[in-house]
Amino acid sequence: MKKQVDKSLVIKAEKLTKRFGDFIAVNEVTFEVCAGEIFGFLGANGAGKTTAMKMLCGLSTPTSGNAAIAGFDIYKQPEQIKKSIGYMSQKFSLYEDLTVIENIQFFGGIYGLSDKQLKGKSDELIETLGLKNETKKLVSSLPLGWKQKLAFSVAVLHEPKIVFLDEPTGGVDPVTRRQFWDLIYQASDRGITIFVTTHYMDEAEYCNRISIMVDGVIKALDTPINLKKAYSTNSMDEVFYKLARGAERSG
Amino acid sequence: MRTLKFLLQKEFKQIFRNKALLPLIFIAPVVQLLILPLASDYEIKNINISIVDHDHSVYSQQLVSKITASGYFQLADYSPSFQEAFNQIEKDKSDLILEIPQGFERNLVRENEEKLFVAMNAINGVKASLGGAYLTQIISTHNNDIRMKWSQQSKFKPSPKIEVTTSNWFNPLLNYQFFMVPGILVVLVTMIGAYMCALNIVKEKEVGTIEQINVTPIKKYQFVLGKLLPFWVIGLFIFSFGLFVVAHLVYGIVPVGNLFLLYGYLAIYLVAILGLGLLISTFSDTQQQAMSITFFFIMIFILMSGLFTSIDSMPEWAYIIAKCSPVTYFIEVVRMVILKGSGFADIKNHFLIMMGFATLLNGLAILNYRKTS
Repeated sequence: MKKQVDKSLVIKAEKLTKRFGDFIAVNEVTFEVCAGEIFGFLGANGAGKTTAMKMLCGLSTPTSGNAAIAGFDIYKQPEQIKKSIGYMSQKFSLYEDLTVIENIQFFGGIYGLSDKQLKGKSDELIETLGLKNETKKLVSSLPLGWKQKLAFSVAVLHEPKIVFLDEPTGGVDPVTRRQFWDLIYQASDRGITIFVTTHYMDEAEYCNRISIMVDGVIKALDTPINLKKAYSTNSMDEVFYKLARGAERSG
Repeated sequence: MRTLKFLLQKEFKQIFRNKALLPLIFIAPVVQLLILPLASDYEIKNINISIVDHDHSVYSQQLVSKITASGYFQLADYSPSFQEAFNQIEKDKSDLILEIPQGFERNLVRENEEKLFVAMNAINGVKASLGGAYLTQIISTHNNDIRMKWSQQSKFKPSPKIEVTTSNWFNPLLNYQFFMVPGILVVLVTMIGAYMCALNIVKEKEVGTIEQINVTPIKKYQFVLGKLLPFWVIGLFIFSFGLFVVAHLVYGIVPVGNLFLLYGYLAIYLVAILGLGLLISTFSDTQQQAMSITFFFIMIFILMSGLFTSIDSMPEWAYIIAKCSPVTYFIEVVRMVILKGSGFADIKNHFLIMMGFATLLNGLAILNYRKTS
């Protein structure tokens, strides 16, 4: 079988590479994420963040390299991985023509929650999100901020080991983003590892560790404080500019 | 099993909540079955005829009244010259000209023969040849009547004749609708099945929800079954509704054959057609693409299926194409079972072939559907 994987590591990527013809979207990326961490995955548009994330989620097969998610090999055990992860894509992806409660029941159901669990979980979730009066409304009628919060809550409904968030807070105001991050912290407190991509540097500050990707490679990986120190500046914005300025590709 | 239950629940909710799709499912069968059989009736009626009568005799008058009384012809005009009658054809007011020469009656009685001239507008070949055939028949009946009259007077030499009596089986009144309605039912089920299945899956691709499904532990076969089953049920429903409500009440069609046999075939046919929709969905990224590809296939399948024209009279290569379309087989089976009462032994091969289609189309679709890229 596989070589021994460190128990405390939930994501272990080794020289993970994805090519599309001549174009190398992700070039030999190596990193590790520990259990319970909030890991920020930063990079300019087109740097390869989404592609890297899709490989980790099993949506995309790597060209070369290895990765283990929650101790499962991405080539050999994709189905076990799928049971241990949650995913929220850039495209907000609940069913717009189903109601709030129907979405919760559907996604909970396909992750194998029992009727009793489903009932408890959905009541709890609706309570936390304050959606009591909206349960029977179609998701399409909700404001974007609520949709995002709901999508996140649905993604962690089955208590996965890791949740992957691809630019989860695009297009909403700072207050709503702050509320969204409260949900992330709550999930993190329950022991769920958070892997999040973002463009907002204030959000980067909320992470335990961040990596910055430029042109398909990871240029820096450390805690926000250490990164600021290393680049002798006091804002994450500066760190990002210094690294991303050299980028050849841009979105 | 539980996963499938959730998938089916979701699918049915979405279908019944779709304000554009639902009316289509219920109204389309009724409307199409009411209108299409009338449009595809090949009986030619109301042929406009111009008559140029140079004789103005009793016999020529009798002939004219026989023609107009037949029900197939409408007297467009009664011109004094061929040229004027031809003008009517040029103006598209008339389809046929019958010219009765001067001395028609006299020559018929005295010389025992006379020639008539029939000119046809053959732009619509079927109309022209059928019109000509009807007209010839009326003229020869008229001719016989005259001969009878004269031979009775002379009381000898009864002309030897072979008399042919035909007996129409399975559709004794030659009702064209009996032939068309079951076929149109097949077209309906085909279109709704293939389109709805293809569009439904591609819509999930377009909206992005399929990505969310692909990161869940849902298995390929569960997803595919979750998509196929609802449309399979809808297909069965539409077929039954069309057959027992519209075809029965409006056209008086009562299936002669075994219903289990018919439904058994329908069940397999739907799997094949939904497989086609599924296969198309794996090749398309947008609903527009899926729509265009489905349109291309369905168009060929239906026109080549023998619904309107007999596939036996197609050239060899076209016949082969027709035989590659699942629709062809189901139309044959539907007509055989509903109208003729054929049994399993008669359509055994059709069963085997349709199972082949179902396996092939779904197999290809599943091979081509990937959870990962």
